[in-house]
Amino acid sequence: MIRADGVELAFGDVTVLDGVDLAVDTGELVGLVGPNGAGKTTLLRTINGVLDPDAGTITLDGDRLGDLTSKAVSRRVATVPQDTQVGFAFTAEQIVEMGRTPHRSRLDWTDDEKPVAAAMEQTETLQFRDRRVDGLSGGERQRVLLARALAQDTPALVLDEPTASLDINHQVRVLETVRDLVDDGRAALAAIHDLDLAARYCDRLLLLYDGVIRAAGTPAEVLDDPALEDAFGTRTAVSHNPATGTATVAAVSDGEDDRDEHVHVVGGGQVAARAVGELWRGGYTVTLGLVSEGDVAAETADRLGVDATTAPPFEPPSDATRQRAMATIDRADAVVTTGTAETDLVAPAVDAHPRVVPLGATDPETVSLDGVSAAIEETLTQPAAGDD
Amino acid sequence: MSVHARVALWSASLLAVLCLSILVSATMGPVGLELGTVARASLNAVGLPTGASVTVASAGLAGLDLPVPIVDVAYTYPFDFAVAGSAEVIVRQLRLPRIVLGAVVGFALAAAGAVMQGFFRNPMADPSIIGVSSGAAVGAVATIAFPLALPLGLQAAAFVGAIVTAFAVYLIATEGGRTPVATLLLAGVAVQALLGAVISYLLLQSGESLDQAVYWLMGNLHNSQWSDVEVTLPLAILAFVVLVAYTRDLNVMLLGEEDASAVGIEVERTKRILLAVSSVITAAAVAVAGVIGFVGLVVPHIMRLVVGPDHRVLLPTSALAGASFLVLTDTVARAGAAELPVGIVTAALGAPFFLYLLRRREVHAL
Repeated sequence: MIRADGVELAFGDVTVLDGVDLAVDTGELVGLVGPNGAGKTTLLRTINGVLDPDAGTITLDGDRLGDLTSKAVSRRVATVPQDTQVGFAFTAEQIVEMGRTPHRSRLDWTDDEKPVAAAMEQTETLQFRDRRVDGLSGGERQRVLLARALAQDTPALVLDEPTASLDINHQVRVLETVRDLVDDGRAALAAIHDLDLAARYCDRLLLLYDGVIRAAGTPAEVLDDPALEDAFGTRTAVSHNPATGTATVAAVSDGEDDRDEHVHVVGGGQVAARAVGELWRGGYTVTLGLVSEGDVAAETADRLGVDATTAPPFEPPSDATRQRAMATIDRADAVVTTGTAETDLVAPAVDAHPRVVPLGATDPETVSLDGVSAAIEETLTQPAAGDD
Repeated sequence: MSVHARVALWSASLLAVLCLSILVSATMGPVGLELGTVARASLNAVGLPTGASVTVASAGLAGLDLPVPIVDVAYTYPFDFAVAGSAEVIVRQLRLPRIVLGAVVGFALAAAGAVMQGFFRNPMADPSIIGVSSGAAVGAVATIAFPLALPLGLQAAAFVGAIVTAFAVYLIATEGGRTPVATLLLAGVAVQALLGAVISYLLLQSGESLDQAVYWLMGNLHNSQWSDVEVTLPLAILAFVVLVAYTRDLNVMLLGEEDASAVGIEVERTKRILLAVSSVITAAAVAVAGVIGFVGLVVPHIMRLVVGPDHRVLLPTSALAGASFLVLTDTVARAGAAELPVGIVTAALGAPFFLYLLRRREVHAL
């Protein structure tokens, strides 16, 4: 449906696209990922005909873009732009109605009620059809723009960061709507900066970096590709998200010094999850346990490749598991406790440990690498409690 | 309510307001007349073009004999009410030409203003934003100051000056087939400043005709003739029809050029057409009436508050409201003992009203 061959584009001396090849078929949702400034938006703008490439061709449904009129292009591909913030006073319905422009003659002013209402229904925007767009929230406005693209009734969709200004609930709803549309027989190419969301909803991912597609394939393949770390300039950790069943990636900075100390985190919940993440980021060797399977801290550990001693939820852990956890605690240079129920299960080992940093019932937001490592440094330099 | 119904309802109401404004205005003057008399005399003056013939005359220009086509339009007058001779002359020959020309000029300026504000997505845009009025002023003042230097009449010189300026600004702002709106705006401002210097210089050199030049610059409908209406009205209607055809495109362009392009608008072509047509309609108005400010700025803003941003409704309602506005302000201008240029009255009434709306936060964006 959408095809690009060797597309090149430069703004002045700056080459943005340097030979991009891609193809998106009907029934396929393809995610375009890449760091900021990689040229994702520019690529989408060449595909919907706003920009003319310097070299290479774009074809839509077999016809070269350059041979089509603007109107013909807009009957084949509809665009959902990044949030539009112009202070105009059109109602949501008027905006959606504008999506019908390619299907109307210039002087045909009758309202195309049916496709407009259908598009608004599908995007759950009917309830504010008469409200002014500039009074809508970012999420509502984004859905109105999606409705406009639907009203355009095209076989292909191009979406530029459709979820950028949305909260998590609306991110999921917008992408699910797009997913449904694709499953109904459309082709869609979406620039999505959130790699997890992209992996969750897209059939394939394309990594755009340095003006070319550096990696392409299933989400799991692309997220695991070394080019991804290269493109984003950061260490990444890919794992399997148990909740969605899709690949998920965590980006982590690699600027910190590697440290020798082994820090063990006891317990689960947000505080533990945060402590694990921060310590891992700080280059400590981190272990976790005892913690329930599926706990947020266990998931974080899984994502980061941190060793965790887990027990099935809602039942007492086996003695072997407890012993394993306590053995790890004994080996650790320092222990961080979070005051959850699991702490009691390994209490003998914790109590015996000379260097313990209790985080207790702290607000997870306040757990920082600096704070935790300062506390650990303090216990490490102090004479061990057991020496008294 | 459908768009058609809204346009029809608003246009009919505003047309009625306009007719009433014209009649009321025609009753006022040194000789007071009854509304009924004025209505009958006005109906008698309604002429429908029923035929046209073209004759070719020759005009001497720079030593050459050039053929100039002269279009002769035949009118029939469907109404023939009995009206006292003096009243008929006052209404038909003295007052109506000026009032009707005022209506046409207001119609043209407000229509162009509505289009320019949408086009530039800028609330301060008015019909002269790309230098049309300044260009017209240079043409007009040059003709007044040096009557023999230019072979054109005052109005033709103003019209040509306006069109040449608009085209020059367009060329300056265009690069590689694209005309960014921001560049156009800045080029317009710069060219206006340059032409302002030219106008000042011409005024300095104009000697005894200074009064006449300044009077023209203030904008006035004094000495209006039916012949002015016969040229300006068809031009305004023609341009208006083209603009109406592009109101949907103009709506979409308000979302930004990229969005407009994404829903199938040929953005650059549409911009060229809108610019050309609104320049012509503005030039036609300025050529016969001088620089009348504020009609094209304030009237579209007020109508946008009333009917909303949809140009399909906004354009015809602004045009009709602009016509009534100029008829009424010109009535004020000629009502006093000493006649004022109408440009003074429109600015004196329009600016405070606009500031009031601004303070009320009614007007803050498009």
